[in-house]
Amino acid sequence: MEQVIFWLFSAIAIASALLCVTRRNPVASALWLVLTMFSLAGIFVILDAHFIAAMQILVYAGAIMVLFLFVIMLLNIGQSEASDLPGWMGHVIMLAIGAVLAVQLWAMTRIVPDGDIRLPAGAMRQLNEQEGAVQVIGGPLFRDFLVPFEITSVLLLAAVVGAVVLAKRRL
Amino acid sequence: MIDQGYALLSPALVVSALLFCIGVAGVLLRRNAIIMFMCIELMLNAVNLSFVALAQQLGHEGQVFVFFVMAVAAAEAAVGLAIIIAVYRHKQTVNLDKINLLSG
Repeated sequence: MEQVIFWLFSAIAIASALLCVTRRNPVASALWLVLTMFSLAGIFVILDAHFIAAMQILVYAGAIMVLFLFVIMLLNIGQSEASDLPGWMGHVIMLAIGAVLAVQLWAMTRIVPDGDIRLPAGAMRQLNEQEGAVQVIGGPLFRDFLVPFEITSVLLLAAVVGAVVLAKRRL
Repeated sequence: MIDQGYALLSPALVVSALLFCIGVAGVLLRRNAIIMFMCIELMLNAVNLSFVALAQQLGHEGQVFVFFVMAVAAAEAAVGLAIIIAVYRHKQTVNLDKINLLSG
């Protein structure tokens, strides 16, 4: 059952990612990307990352994609120009990416982590049930990753200041 | 039932690789700055999927990293879109073939 749902969500994610890359209209592109992110959230739930799935929907589909749509509509970009998808150079690029992808897939299908570092099967699900989905992230975030967490706040401050400075016509 | 948790690692990594390559193809083939930017978000999402899939077996620190990736992605989206707006104001286009501010 889990396998079926996983492959269903994966098919939706990959199909809508392809549509996102190939659409000419940026608004359609953005909406297909939202669908990709929703189906990725479904995959996260199957992989026992419940809090991350919620954050995926809130932050990515909710905040970031709305920002994208906002900018697309603010700039009023309709159909993009004809030079969007190049000819022979595009084919060369596609071939190179395809070759890299083939090697990646070949490697990905044979990954098995070492037995002595890997958790017993179902350990993540048990942890989620014992501690709750938020504490599974929050505990290590404030215990082991406190300095990176604090530095993230500096990064966000820099981003806020940078965005205002760049986008404002006259300071 | 017991093995179900392990069975999904390779499929998840395969999906992640596919999504990442779609994102790379988008960045290399498209010339619309906003769509290229969305393809970068797609690549970040693919990496998040790898992190989550491996975190299921190797400990929940992987999920904490996904949290940081999301924070960086949000900051990057804000600054990047501000840059796109600033460039659009100069050039009236977001087609990168027509934007060559640094080539003099």
